[in-house]
Amino acid sequence: MARARWPLLAALALCLLLPLVLDQYKLYVLSLTLVYVILAIGLNLTLGYAGQISLCHAAFMALGSYAVAILGQHRVPFEVGLVLGVALAFTWGLVLGFPALKVKHHYLAMVTLGFNIIVFLVLRNWESLTGGSFGISNVARPVWGPVSFKSDRAFYFYILGWTAVVVASAYWILHSRWGRAFRAIRENEMRAEVVGVSLRNYKLMAFAIGAAYAGTGGALFAPLLGYIDPGAYTLDRSIQFLMMVVLGGLGRFEGPFIGALVVTILPEVLRGSEGLYLIIYALAVIIMMLFMPKGLVGLWDLAWRFSRSRSSPSTSSASLR
Amino acid sequence: MADFVQLCIAGVSIGAIYAMAAIGFVLLWQTSNTINFAQGEFVVLPAFAMVLFFVILKFPFVAAMLATVIVSTLLLGVGVKELLVTRLLKMGVLPLVIATIGLSLLIRYSLQQFWTPLALPFPAIFSREPIFLGTIVVSLEEIGNILFAAVVIALLQLFITRTKLGWAMQAVAQNRALASVLGINVARLVTITFVLNAALTAMAAILIAPVYLVKYDIGVGLGLKAFYAAIIGGFNQIRGALLGGLLVGVVETLSAAYISSHFRDAFALIILIAVLLLKPEGIWGVKEEWA
Repeated sequence: MARARWPLLAALALCLLLPLVLDQYKLYVLSLTLVYVILAIGLNLTLGYAGQISLCHAAFMALGSYAVAILGQHRVPFEVGLVLGVALAFTWGLVLGFPALKVKHHYLAMVTLGFNIIVFLVLRNWESLTGGSFGISNVARPVWGPVSFKSDRAFYFYILGWTAVVVASAYWILHSRWGRAFRAIRENEMRAEVVGVSLRNYKLMAFAIGAAYAGTGGALFAPLLGYIDPGAYTLDRSIQFLMMVVLGGLGRFEGPFIGALVVTILPEVLRGSEGLYLIIYALAVIIMMLFMPKGLVGLWDLAWRFSRSRSSPSTSSASLR
Repeated sequence: MADFVQLCIAGVSIGAIYAMAAIGFVLLWQTSNTINFAQGEFVVLPAFAMVLFFVILKFPFVAAMLATVIVSTLLLGVGVKELLVTRLLKMGVLPLVIATIGLSLLIRYSLQQFWTPLALPFPAIFSREPIFLGTIVVSLEEIGNILFAAVVIALLQLFITRTKLGWAMQAVAQNRALASVLGINVARLVTITFVLNAALTAMAAILIAPVYLVKYDIGVGLGLKAFYAAIIGGFNQIRGALLGGLLVGVVETLSAAYISSHFRDAFALIILIAVLLLKPEGIWGVKEEWA
């Protein structure tokens, strides 16, 4: 993991310097990428590390977005909305995690998929609270007394701050006892239980923490766009997040960064043809599953080994097994 | 009361179509541990093929139907099995789930991008003339769909319970390793299951095409209904999928008529969640071993 540090620092430096030169639209795309990084880190924790499939990441995201947007209408400070949204997502993560204790992959996929559809239906039909299919416009950005994050550049740095918090906390979780327990569960549930991992607590937590990150991402997403409606939180969105994490590399710390970057940049390159973009995307996922189950991070590994084998041949033989 | 019976018949008629998709879904799970997230698109693709052969190329109906089944079994049966499943089967459940999600997007958006984003109309197979049975009014289309599906499902049941291949399939479903030791060619049986599933979804497509319009994205809803049906009825039993399909069809028709069409999808979901919490093996399913 030490080698993850340098790229991480480089990425951070880029994130700090780039906004000074980018125009408004590119700044928006970069902000969106950061939001996706937060969301993907959450799903990577649930799916990549703990091996629990979740098809309702967009629903958790919606809880964060709507908490911020609805409370913002009543002049509640942004951070209060964010904390509430995250708490809501965390709680629902726990609730949905419960069936995960009893059932296996295919059932869990169904439960989460169903949850996403229910949340979508509620958002669309509970008009007095959510504005129905018209959604909520003019979602307020945070203001700290004299300091305002209303401008795009300021709000970008605000998002960057939260991204740093999320990345650091995920790093900490994965390197604690928890991270090892998550991986043990993914590899072999029964064995993990036998060696003393409390399956119940860790599975619930893997789900709930992933959901909480999704809530955080959702809370930042709403004011970034300024306008939200149920269409942004469909099952398709959840599936996109799933593919994002798979593309990046399941269960790898760098995965969400690469996945989020590809997923925001690819549609920009293929502007104007969403269908074509989704076709390429789907093909990439299938090919990835067939030939590179480690995702794009797998390519990165190859490049790393290659560079190491040139500089110090003695260590490379060990890393190649 | 007459309304209620009419709605139930309409529900069974649509539910019979869901049941066909759900049974295919269950067969795939049993013999190859594939959770096919592209099952809805497995219905949509043959529906487009049917439009091609019947409406555009003006084949006679039976010829168009045969051509559709052949295309479906080759592409979605043999093709998907050889290209995707053979390789991914060894890696466990999750990679296959993700790959079939990819496959569903690929089929859906390829149809939208390279064929049409519009809904294509399809002529009725059975007449829509109302038939009066006392105070109850039904259409020939509803009865026709139910009978057609009943014949297909009965034939499938006969195949599984009365032929050697069917017995072999049951053996693989019960215990793959043991079946393999007993000399059953598991890989070939998986192929056969995929072909059977593709034939089933093609039949479902032929029935659903006149009911819904043929559009690239109807697979999303259909796939979901097949899942619900399979889980509600029992993920590991054909009779379960049949029961589940009919139940989903009836519940959604009744709730749309009596409660709210906005939430028509929600009621099947509520049953689904209740089943998952109370009897996760499904109403008519059998408990699976911890694998």
